[in-house]
Amino acid sequence: MTEIVMSQTPPILHRPSEKERKYDRQLRLWAASGQAALESANILLVNSGSGTVGVETLKNLVLPGIGRFAIYDEAKVEEADLGINFFLDEDSLGRSRAESLTGHLLELNPEVQGDAYPNENVKTLKSLLTHSPVFTTIMYTHPITPENISLLESYGQQHQTPLVAIHSAGFYSYFRIHLPGAFPIVDTHPDETATTDLRLLTPWPELVAFAEELTKDIDNLSDFEHGHLPYVVILLHYLEKWKAEHGGSHPSTYKEKTEFRRIVQSSARTKNAEGGEENFDEAAAAVLKTLVVPSLPSGLKGIFEYEHTHPAEQRSGFWLIADAVKAFYEKHKCLPLPGKVPDMKAQSKVYIQLQNIYKARARKDAAEILETVQATPGGQNIDPAEVELFCKNAAFVKLINTTTGTISRADRLREAAAQEFANDENAEMTLQPLSLLPIYLAMQATAHVEDWPSREEILARVAKMVPGSDENERVRQAMEEVARAEGGELHNVAALTGGMVAQETIKIITKQYIPIDNTCVFDGINSRCQILRL
Amino acid sequence: MPSGQVYPSSEPARWKYLDRIRTRAGPFTVPELFNGETSAEAQEKMKVLVIGAGGLGCELLKNLALSGFKDIHVIDMDTIDISNLNRQFLFRQSDVGKFKAEVAAAFVEKRVKGVKITPHNCKIQDFDEDFYMQFQIVVCGLDSIEARRWINATLVNMVDDTVEDSYKPLIDGGTEGFKGQARVILPTITSCLECQLDMHAPRAAVPLCTLASIPRQPEHCIEWAHVIAWDKEKPFPQLDKDDPEHITWLYQKALLRAREFNISGITYSLTQGVVKNIIPAIAATNSVIAAACCNEALKIATSCAPYLGYPDNNYMMYSGNDSIYTYTFRHEKKDDCPVCGVSARELQVDPKWTLQELVDSFATRPEAQLKKPSIRAEGKTLYMQSPPSLEEQTRPNLEKTLAEELGLVDGQEIGVTDPAFATVSFKFKLKFT
Repeated sequence: MTEIVMSQTPPILHRPSEKERKYDRQLRLWAASGQAALESANILLVNSGSGTVGVETLKNLVLPGIGRFAIYDEAKVEEADLGINFFLDEDSLGRSRAESLTGHLLELNPEVQGDAYPNENVKTLKSLLTHSPVFTTIMYTHPITPENISLLESYGQQHQTPLVAIHSAGFYSYFRIHLPGAFPIVDTHPDETATTDLRLLTPWPELVAFAEELTKDIDNLSDFEHGHLPYVVILLHYLEKWKAEHGGSHPSTYKEKTEFRRIVQSSARTKNAEGGEENFDEAAAAVLKTLVVPSLPSGLKGIFEYEHTHPAEQRSGFWLIADAVKAFYEKHKCLPLPGKVPDMKAQSKVYIQLQNIYKARARKDAAEILETVQATPGGQNIDPAEVELFCKNAAFVKLINTTTGTISRADRLREAAAQEFANDENAEMTLQPLSLLPIYLAMQATAHVEDWPSREEILARVAKMVPGSDENERVRQAMEEVARAEGGELHNVAALTGGMVAQETIKIITKQYIPIDNTCVFDGINSRCQILRL
Repeated sequence: MPSGQVYPSSEPARWKYLDRIRTRAGPFTVPELFNGETSAEAQEKMKVLVIGAGGLGCELLKNLALSGFKDIHVIDMDTIDISNLNRQFLFRQSDVGKFKAEVAAAFVEKRVKGVKITPHNCKIQDFDEDFYMQFQIVVCGLDSIEARRWINATLVNMVDDTVEDSYKPLIDGGTEGFKGQARVILPTITSCLECQLDMHAPRAAVPLCTLASIPRQPEHCIEWAHVIAWDKEKPFPQLDKDDPEHITWLYQKALLRAREFNISGITYSLTQGVVKNIIPAIAATNSVIAAACCNEALKIATSCAPYLGYPDNNYMMYSGNDSIYTYTFRHEKKDDCPVCGVSARELQVDPKWTLQELVDSFATRPEAQLKKPSIRAEGKTLYMQSPPSLEEQTRPNLEKTLAEELGLVDGQEIGVTDPAFATVSFKFKLKFT
């Protein structure tokens, strides 16, 4: 039969283009939309010190095809650079490091453009920032002068540009992402298993009717039909029976649910050829996971409660849709249905019908939200696809970097330190890994360009940041390790950190997956990371 | 000023930053194991083997060369494909079709003066223990579990207390999307890859009857085209998963099947992904994991800091999907590991099973994952996959039941071999259910 169809309607071919083939392995992660965002990105690296971590980061961004990059680096290439930086060679010695790096990085991907600074026309960082087209993201590496940091920070504020500060020395590194404001992500890519939302406790009329129709004569179904009832239908059927016997209430306690699960499992036919029914096994296995009264996920709760008063936020599609979803939630006491049905044992036709019932309901919910959005001033131009994506991911939408400006960074560091040191006191009891904040403190004390400080000087600066912390044994050890490197990088730690920063930059540019909030510290002696909010 | 003397290596100007770390102790360096005067020289004399010159392999070669290793070998049988270029940064468009090991080795040798990289364009199974004996450290960047298990079993087998230098630390990296892991195996001393096999449970296969009669997902239609339609129609003599014409044929078949059942979502890309079991891969993640591996290699080679495997943790898990999360822990060695353990691993079986059922079950058990097992019990050969004469001779046993007809008893030990794992015999103890 298939052959006949084939001769009648040959399907249209969508063979991948050359570019799709080259980027195949990454398009499977962030799709064409993410790729387009990358291709319009323009990234500045302000490079300094032993100069490797930023370049390793750029390598990982040039390969997947960012649009453009610029390197600002005042250094000339020395012999020591060749022992640590892969994108320099013998011919680079004595030349501008920015220029050699840019040339070698451009060889990685002919679709990317890159410029090196300072050059004949642009001699300072200040003039680069004034004369260049706007940068999408700026990365700078430590050590750096305080003047350059403040130049970059005011640029970031003016253009709403994310800044990433990176510091790698010896076995240690950290990087800190400074986003211009609260940063929402819709396309967070949650684990597939987490996204099942079947609404079995609150089925709507079409779903109820469908389940009833299939199970109205359940005991007289043939073994084939009985063994192919989708587990959603099985659970709905036995839930109805349970409700009838329990005054209209669902199994809600753990005990009731396990009892319900036993009922479902024992309703499977065992005298058939297979000696059991897979669909009833699936149904029983799904009881505890699917019979849950939905609650508002904490991420979304934060979004509903967040006061988005910044002018940029007032105009943003995200907040218009978030408000509409909030109104929907307040009205219906549930989120818009995502509409996805996991695979389950069923006949093809029945499964597709079930899928369509969920899809139709999801479309209806999304349409209601779109209507609310369009009725809001500024909402007429919102892309319905954006609304649809939000509805599909509603339970997993995330807002990061929501800090308000009431507490200074210096105070926040002290608060974090108090918390971290207190946690460490109990670490043995709670089996938690020890804090990596000591590494951050010791490195932060050597973050600026200067002659290398003495141990006493490093500790004095640590004490200035967090009074008393210079007495902490682990801070002292971290300081010793920092002193050992004297600010020089190890290639591996620079490459590892460059990989992490590139991942984070990709997440920020594509607005997919969830970036760190906001500092990541890496310990290459114990091979682990910690995320701190500093 | 920092105390602790730097002992300059052979090229002090070039290795300025590295020498600060590898030739002087830090606060965590174990003094009894470390000698700053000789550490750089000893490292430069070492031979390191890199297995795989792909996404991880390119990074590994770069990192090892810039960590001060001078003598590196690399094995990879693959040639360069256009889809490698988004992350395998030693390759260019003009290299497509050439051997990965060869191109990668030449590139790094040219870029980093003084390093020697020897490429081997072949399979790891083409070499014997004599070959592997020459290395001091083995670093793996592989995408196949089978190759990993083979090299793991080989290195564990090579350990001989009477032969100096027969312990070869194995450092293994793996990635998928934004996630990955790096681990160190000290053969026979710490948990080996086989001990950790259940962390890589095989994906559940779709039942054949679903493919044949009740497809529900686009993947079911693609698998149908791949497994059933292709065999029936044989449009080309041999399926080549890298041939766009072949994938197109499967794609069209899957599309028609999907249309027949009202299933949507078939694309060329999905077809290719399902048929080739493509794992998404990006430069950034490879960069993280390969560097984590080489960081351990440097620490092992110079003892300049404690490394994974000693004293406690041996496994680092990395996930970048939701923020960044690492979990670095100790994976315990298993006494009943079929490769490095001393006792046989318990195997739950139904005594009423036929030998065929037992043979088939080896492929899907997370703790076994053996696709072509040959089975012996106490000197008696139950079933041999090869040579053909032995296979024929033992084939009738497949029909027989374990307890009644073959006379196996509860608690009995069996030995299982598989062509994918050289000479290693996996020990199992039957546990009747």
